[in-house]
Amino acid sequence: MQESHQQHGEHRSAHLAHQFDTLDQQYQSGKLGIWIFLVTEILLFAGLFCVYAVYRANHPDIFIYAHRFLNKNLGALNTAVLIFSSFTMAWAVRAAQLGKKRALVNLLAITLLCAFIFLGVKYVEYQNKWKEGLLWGTHYHPIEEAAHAGEAAPADSAEAHYTGPPNVHVFFGIYFLMTGLHALHIIAGMAIIGWVLVKARRGAFSPSYFYPVDYAGLYWHLVDLIWIFLFPLLYLIR
Amino acid sequence: MNTVSSPATPAAAEPEHAASYLQDGHGIKSWIMTLDHKRIGVLYLISILAAMFLGGLFAMLIRTELLTPTKTVMEAETYNRVFTLHGAIMIFLFIIPGIPAALGNFVLPLMLGARDVAFPRLNRLSWHLYVIGALFAIYSLIHGGADTGWTFYTPYSTTTTSAVVPIVFGAFILGFSSILTGLNFIVTIHRFRPPGMGWFRMPLFLWALYATAIIQVLATPVLGITLLLLIVERVLGVGIFDPTLGGDPVLFQHFFWFYSHPAVYIMILPAMGVISELVSTFSRKHIFGYKAIAYSSVAIAFLSFLVWGHHMFVSGQSPMANMIFSALTFSVAIPSAVKVFNWVATMYKGSIKMDAPMTYTVAFILLFGIGGLTGLFLGALATDVHLHDTYFVVAHFHYTMMGGVLMAFMGGLHYWWPKIFGRMYNEKLANIASLMIVVGFNITFLSQFIMGSLGMPRRYYNYRPEFESYHQWSTAGAYLQAIGFILVAVYLIHSLRRGRLAPANPWGSATLEWRCASPPPTENFAQQPTAGDPYDLKPLVFDPKLGGFTYRAESAEGVA
Amino acid sequence: MIHSIPAVLASLVPLRASNAFWLPEEGTAAAGQVDWLFNLILGISVFFFALIAVLTIYFLLRYRRRQGIEAGQPPTHHTWLEITWTVIPTIIVIVIFYFGFTGYMDMKIAPENALEIQVTGQKWQWLFSYPNGHVDPDLHVPVDQPVKLIMTSEDVIHGFFIPDFRQKMDVVPGRYSTVWFNVSRPGKHIIFCTQYCGRGHSDMSAWVVVHPPGEYEKWLTEVGDEISKLPPAEAGEKLYLTRGCKQCHTIDGGASTGPSFLGMFGRSETMKDGAKLTVDENYIREAIIDPQAKIVAGYQPVMPTYKGKLKDNEITVIIEYLKTLKR
Repeated sequence: MQESHQQHGEHRSAHLAHQFDTLDQQYQSGKLGIWIFLVTEILLFAGLFCVYAVYRANHPDIFIYAHRFLNKNLGALNTAVLIFSSFTMAWAVRAAQLGKKRALVNLLAITLLCAFIFLGVKYVEYQNKWKEGLLWGTHYHPIEEAAHAGEAAPADSAEAHYTGPPNVHVFFGIYFLMTGLHALHIIAGMAIIGWVLVKARRGAFSPSYFYPVDYAGLYWHLVDLIWIFLFPLLYLIR
Repeated sequence: MNTVSSPATPAAAEPEHAASYLQDGHGIKSWIMTLDHKRIGVLYLISILAAMFLGGLFAMLIRTELLTPTKTVMEAETYNRVFTLHGAIMIFLFIIPGIPAALGNFVLPLMLGARDVAFPRLNRLSWHLYVIGALFAIYSLIHGGADTGWTFYTPYSTTTTSAVVPIVFGAFILGFSSILTGLNFIVTIHRFRPPGMGWFRMPLFLWALYATAIIQVLATPVLGITLLLLIVERVLGVGIFDPTLGGDPVLFQHFFWFYSHPAVYIMILPAMGVISELVSTFSRKHIFGYKAIAYSSVAIAFLSFLVWGHHMFVSGQSPMANMIFSALTFSVAIPSAVKVFNWVATMYKGSIKMDAPMTYTVAFILLFGIGGLTGLFLGALATDVHLHDTYFVVAHFHYTMMGGVLMAFMGGLHYWWPKIFGRMYNEKLANIASLMIVVGFNITFLSQFIMGSLGMPRRYYNYRPEFESYHQWSTAGAYLQAIGFILVAVYLIHSLRRGRLAPANPWGSATLEWRCASPPPTENFAQQPTAGDPYDLKPLVFDPKLGGFTYRAESAEGVA
Repeated sequence: MIHSIPAVLASLVPLRASNAFWLPEEGTAAAGQVDWLFNLILGISVFFFALIAVLTIYFLLRYRRRQGIEAGQPPTHHTWLEITWTVIPTIIVIVIFYFGFTGYMDMKIAPENALEIQVTGQKWQWLFSYPNGHVDPDLHVPVDQPVKLIMTSEDVIHGFFIPDFRQKMDVVPGRYSTVWFNVSRPGKHIIFCTQYCGRGHSDMSAWVVVHPPGEYEKWLTEVGDEISKLPPAEAGEKLYLTRGCKQCHTIDGGASTGPSFLGMFGRSETMKDGAKLTVDENYIREAIIDPQAKIVAGYQPVMPTYKGKLKDNEITVIIEYLKTLKR
């Protein structure tokens, strides 16, 4: 450490910030930092998972009744898209480590494309809920067709002969909060991947400097992981 | 090994031509866009002192209104906004960032002998977010302010017509500022410790900042999501906390206190760290029970996550939960008590000098002692039921937050003032001011203990006439404190221009920040120094020529 | 065995006199138990504070910095000393926890035969509903009889606090919470609201009136048919004062949360949706039972419904009272 310290100001890598002594120290610091950041992200979502757990425990009937209005097929499609994007992201990190610029750029582009597909599907789902009036709290005004959207929904669940439990809107409130916050994270992830993609095209990364790709990858995996929890919790309730 | 900077070389021998960080760049932009942790520390210091002034002003308004049992100077609606802003500003803008972000930012890299924190850009972003958060709070203030109390309890906060959303959003942003500071400190302490500084050679202030940073990182995101839920509840009508929509208002309290109780330790732990440094330096003694103090910081950080329910003993929480939270609450008392005993033991056979930082240290030990002991009344279920939400609680947390954190902050501010600005303050005025603050403080809050146990509820605009004399004593004490604080502001500002030039090590401390010049050059150290025992004060001797301490020539080998 | 320690000690020590400075009157036996624990913790706290303060001040004086005298170098840690001052506080807090918990449980579990009274908190008044249907702004209870309060809130969270009984409980909308007590002497005790609830928070107080044996039942039958005995307008005024109307509606034309009652009857009002109507018996009745149906322009829809809380004859006398409030 001492020796490296004396190199300060002599032949330092252009990527080495002034407060660090070595590239390794910088990489390790960044890695620790990004992991701590991921912990804070998990805790942010943990709050919503707690809300989910509390309401699921107190009012299981609401969840059993309402989850049928979500479209399982679209949810499954999105899950597949995100898992695939995680795979391409991981591959992109490997390509960066090996210095394969073309592969890196292509893989990042595919990852970004997957993110767009995810949001597109999410948009279709949200729009359906909007049309059916299956929204949160004070905006929950289900219309008759909504009953037929779910596969097993009772045929006479129009408001007049409403047979479901009270306060069904709580489920949709939680659904929109969780998927909405997740979608915001997807958008943030797209901005990050986009930025990495632009840098990668310019040839900014090399086997000795690929950390931003690595960090972006870690973040993207977390966002995917959260969805992998959201999908069964919201769509596949038994 | 010859190249290692030897502690025998007094700090004055650092290259004197190296410009201090204060001179490195002029103009507003060189400050607000700086990446230097010292400048960011100073910016934080200015910001939090401004917040403290504003919060103090509201405190004076509260105390003035309470001079008489009915209306004195303002209407009930105004009073409710004033106490809300007093609480919110003091908590989110002053006490939480106070010691870590202002003093910690300045001192932490210096104590490590490092050039900066690990992520200077995040550090700057943290301050920028702080300013943005503060602007939201001010925006709310201009638009009439919120009247919810700083705790934002639902459903009051979701139904009142006052400007709740901007101040809640401000607190949300301030949360991110706090997270970034915590993240930065953790990584910096992990990766930047100098040769010779194993974990158990770290100054206790760093242990305290480390434990604090862990809480900041783990607890603050939960506050973020809670405040976000509150905002969507108000703006979109989601109804998670709204009983008329099948929501649960008490769930909000669980969420809120899951952050806000650990936040109490975000405030007090750094204060305990400061006290550990000060009590050793001014007693010229090695700190007693180093490991016990270090471990107790970590123990407090851990336990702080398990006790939030004691804010909810009368909320309708189950008796079972109350029992568990009461038991866990008492467990926090133990590491706190251990620290106090260790500080007192450090003074034994010392050579104690009552400079202002030490005055505040003694004030801290005694006032925090009262704050901690009165916590026993509130941790015990049977007595808490009576004392909950009364002035007893108000007095208790002021003894810990103000008698504890603020005293330590004042001590730390005076202690590091020469290092930050390169000037000495007027010691005599400092002692007079500290006496006024401590006496005023006790008058203000001892009377609140009594009226609290007599049953005076908190957040009352009108009160029953039998409490009048207690309130008047309390107000008189508050005015005395205000005069004390104004005196502090006067001599500190005066010292910036007229104060005696500070030596590198005016107090005789062995931590690394005293080995560079006062004020330090931009790069801090020409070479990263080797750390020794941070509390081995023996080799330091007073040099009247320097007006400060320097290493004994013959002891150089031993330390290096 | 251990359970009776507080009671036994409390009977031995003449605490009442010494408490007067710190604690309010002891209205119940349970309050005495709480005070016993309070004084125990106070004693422990005073001892430890004195210990720390005396040591600190002694060290400050004894070891103040003098020319030529250096600090001594006693050991920097001492395992047994540190274990001692960890273990002793641990034992003490376990003891305090134990008494705190048992005392709390005694105050929590109401006896089977308790008299039940319904309590409603609303901005900014307490309403007490008695078994015979009477609703009163004060809490009337018989002496030497366990009383259990079943409490809920109409709007935001309130806190129900009787300092003399050392009892407190939050009153939460959408759920019920309870407190119980058994008062040993006739008398009057204040009730405070302790959970911040807005503008009138500090005025949201009421009285516990403890009746001597036999008096409670007498009072209950007297007030039970009060409405039918008083002249209608006078009965209406009484309801106006006691049932939460006056908190939001003035009778002198002054501004408040809701429209003033002065000259309201027969007045033509513009509604929020622009419709105009004349205030008559039917409108007032609707406004009491379904307050959100028609809101007068310029006001917020914040009034709680009185459906089920005011009887038909009560609404009638309130209307009669409003008719007397002419400009």
